Formats: sequence, C-alpha cells, structure tokens
Amino acid sequence: MATAAASSTAPLSNAFLPRLGPNGGAKSTRSLQWAKNQRQRSSPRRFGAAVITAKFELKPPPYPLNALEPHMSQNTLSFHWGKHHRGYVDNLNKQIAGTELESKSLEDIIIQTYNKGDLLPPFNNAAQIWNHDFFWESMKPGGGGKPSGELLKLIERDFGSFEKLCEELRSAAATQFGSGWAWLAFNPRPSDGKELLVVKSPNAVNPLVLGYIPILTIDVWEHAYYLDFQNRRPDYISIFLEKLVSWEGVGAKLAVAKSQAA
Amino acid sequence: MGSFSLHASCLAQPKLPWSNDCSQNLNSLKLPALDALEPYMSKRLMETHWGEHHHGYVEGLNKQLEKNDILYGYTLDELVKVTYNNGNPLPEFNNAAQVWNHDFFWESMQPGGGGMPELGLLQQIEKDFGSFTNFKEKFIEAALSLFGSGWVWLVLKRREKRLEVVKTSNAVNPIVWDDIPLISLDTWEHAYYQDYKNDRGKYVNAFMNHLVSWHVATVRIIRAEAFVNLGEPKIPVA
Repeated sequence: MATAAASSTAPLSNAFLPRLGPNGGAKSTRSLQWAKNQRQRSSPRRFGAAVITAKFELKPPPYPLNALEPHMSQNTLSFHWGKHHRGYVDNLNKQIAGTELESKSLEDIIIQTYNKGDLLPPFNNAAQIWNHDFFWESMKPGGGGKPSGELLKLIERDFGSFEKLCEELRSAAATQFGSGWAWLAFNPRPSDGKELLVVKSPNAVNPLVLGYIPILTIDVWEHAYYLDFQNRRPDYISIFLEKLVSWEGVGAKLAVAKSQAA
Repeated sequence: MGSFSLHASCLAQPKLPWSNDCSQNLNSLKLPALDALEPYMSKRLMETHWGEHHHGYVEGLNKQLEKNDILYGYTLDELVKVTYNNGNPLPEFNNAAQVWNHDFFWESMQPGGGGMPELGLLQQIEKDFGSFTNFKEKFIEAALSLFGSGWVWLVLKRREKRLEVVKTSNAVNPIVWDDIPLISLDTWEHAYYQDYKNDRGKYVNAFMNHLVSWHVATVRIIRAEAFVNLGEPKIPVA
C-alpha cells in the first residue's frame, strides 16, 4: 500500500495554507468562523447557466499528520483521514451529483437527509464528513489540560466540576456500543437551564440533528483507535482527554454557538 | 450459577472449533490454534478478536448474570431471544448476543475454506438466488454497504422457507426473529482492521474465497430441515 506514504506528504503543504492561520495550527475565533462559513468546495461554474454545481473537498486537519504523535500515530491519521474521511467525501460527491443536493451546504444536506430519523442515503457520508472535520478540530498537538474562562464557568455551572464533565464524557464514549461518537454540545434552548450537555450518538448521527450545537467530539468508531490501542477504548479516551483535546478550540466553538443562539 | 464458559473444559475461555484438544486438566490450559486461519486472518488478529473482544463479552455477560436471578439457568440461545425483548433490548442483550455471534462466526470458518457448497445446499442457493454467483455478489454487496458495526448472514427464513442474505447492526442476529442462520461474517472493524485496515473489500473476498466453511453451512441446513419443510408438502390422497 504505497498510498499510505503518499497521502502523508500531500497534507503537509495544505496544512500551512494561510486560511488556517500563520502557524498552521493556531486559530483565532474569527478564522474558525471564516473557515466554517467557507466550506471547501471547488466550483466549476458553467457560463450562462443558472445552476452552480460544486463538489466537496477533503479538508486537512489543522496540523500535520504526525503532529499528534505519540498519542495518536501518524499511521492512524494517514488511514483515518487519508482513507476513511477521504472515502466519505468521494462517496458523497458521487451521491449528490446531478441532484438538488449538489448546490446545498453540508449542514443543509445533513439536516435534510436526516429526514427526521428516516435516513436518506447521502446522510451517512455527509454527516461523517462533518463529524471528521470537527474531530480533527477538537484536537491539537500538546492538547489536554483544563479549559478556562467562560467555558470553564459553564462547565462548572452545568456539571458541577471539570472532573464531573470528564467522567461523563468518558462514560458516554466508553458505553457507545458499536460505532459512534461522544459529544459536548451547547443547547440554545435548554428547558432545565443547562446549556452544556454530554451526548453520545451512533454511527454518523450528530447533535446538529437534535438541535444542539456541538463544541467537542471524540470519535469512537473502532477505526479511530484500533491501530494504536486495539480494543482498549478506555485507554484511548483517557489519552484523548489528557493529551489531545483542544480546550481552546472548544472555547472558541462555544463562543460561536452562543453568538448564533443569541 | 448460570455462568457461561460455553465449553467448560476450557474454563472461562470461548472455544474455537478447530482448536487443539482442550485438555481436561485445568492446569495445562491449551490455547486454540489461533494461527490456523493464516494468512487470511492472522494469529495476532485472532489473539485480539477472540482473546480480548470475545472474551470480554463472556466476562461482561457473566458479571451481569451474577446479579440477575430471573435469567439464571437460561441457555445462551434463550438468553439472546429473551433479552432482545422484541426490539427493546435489556442490558444483557449486547453481551449475550455478541457471545453467541462470535461462537457462530468462528464455526462459520475453517482453514482451507472457501469454494462452493454442493448438493442440497447448492441446489437451495440456486433456487433462492438464481445462481451461486448471484448469491456471492449479494453477500459481498451487503458486507460492503453495511454502515457502522454489524454482521452479514446467509439465513434460512423460517416462515418464507427460503434463503436470504441479511444485514444486522451491532449485536443483533437472526435468531431473535426465529430465523436460522447458516453462515455469518463479522463486519465490525475489529474483525479485520489489524490485517486489512480500511480495506473491507479485501477482507470480504478473503472470507468468501478462503475461510467460509460450506461444510458447516451444510450441517446447519440439514439440522434446519428438521424444523423447516423446504420441499413441497406431501399431501396424502384419500
């Protein structure tokens, strides 16, 4: 499989494109928002035609594939991003070609094809693209530690303590049976006053379809941890929380979520 | 205690059907031949899949049963159906069904497997799928399109009295609908990731061409015919 080596060189140049910030990893809230709104698409416009067709592109993680070593290996990233994530992008483009979904944003496709739980075929691919983009952004080299500021305040208000939040996240991630994700999400319309909640979801489902705004995710599909941890999912979750999670990123997403909800 | 060792001579370890003799002497616990399916399913993968995942389901189930008097004394088959609870599964279901599923999966394979079934089973496949090639295509397509974790089955549908290819998610299996599986393929990523990484297609082909045991499938359909009449009913004329 020569592709494993090839795919690790390509993103190195992509990872340092200006839109991701001058250091390739550091991002301000504004550039996050900008990047989110500027969903990567190539748009070959047809002259004279009213219809714009656009294909989704595979967005690289905001760091090189080896940047999360030794906690998440380059080997894992090269398969997880280079094969799985890329596969979802290729497959979605095939599925929406020539359909009315072609001109919609990724989030719109997700909500529409979720179809209130009666999933339409493009849902799995669309949601998995979104989920994986979000997952890479939930991590950073030298991650871990504790959140601060407004995020920490809300965590302590809604969970009691940061430790309690971590317990809930660990439990959700460990008990999601089969494939899925665990999330920290923002609820813009909480009935109990708690704006932050931990959610787990199966396969490709994400909190957007539940009306929440995700601010953190951990991928617990086996392909996310099998090469590095085999069946030891709890160890993977611990390493994620201790060494990988980007609380700055989470805080930024929380700020965006609150401003959208206001 | 309703504790599942499945084959008591191997203590609490699930047994592999092609293993060496599991000695009655508990002190000389022999491991099954985890390398027997090489190179299509490596020893390293078997050590994790059987030794950690399958073993984990057995231990998890035993722990759950320690606290549950109602489920004490059920056979594994009964446990799976009862805890499925008509689609609203009880906590024990995942473990019970996964124990059952993995036993069934190991037995669905053999060293030197693959090829084609013969005689009665082949005839039934040709009757219900048109040809063996058609069946194989359907089975592979099901395995490749199953999203998330799950299993693909060749099943004898009891009421319809015909063979079908069925996909199930996570731990679900056809016995909860009272159907009779003949072979299964584990498409959870842990079943192939160490050997094939993301290339599920290669794994499925290796299974179809080198691992699946049509011998076992034949034995299973012979047994099934004690419960399902696959022929035309013989109505005596007065």
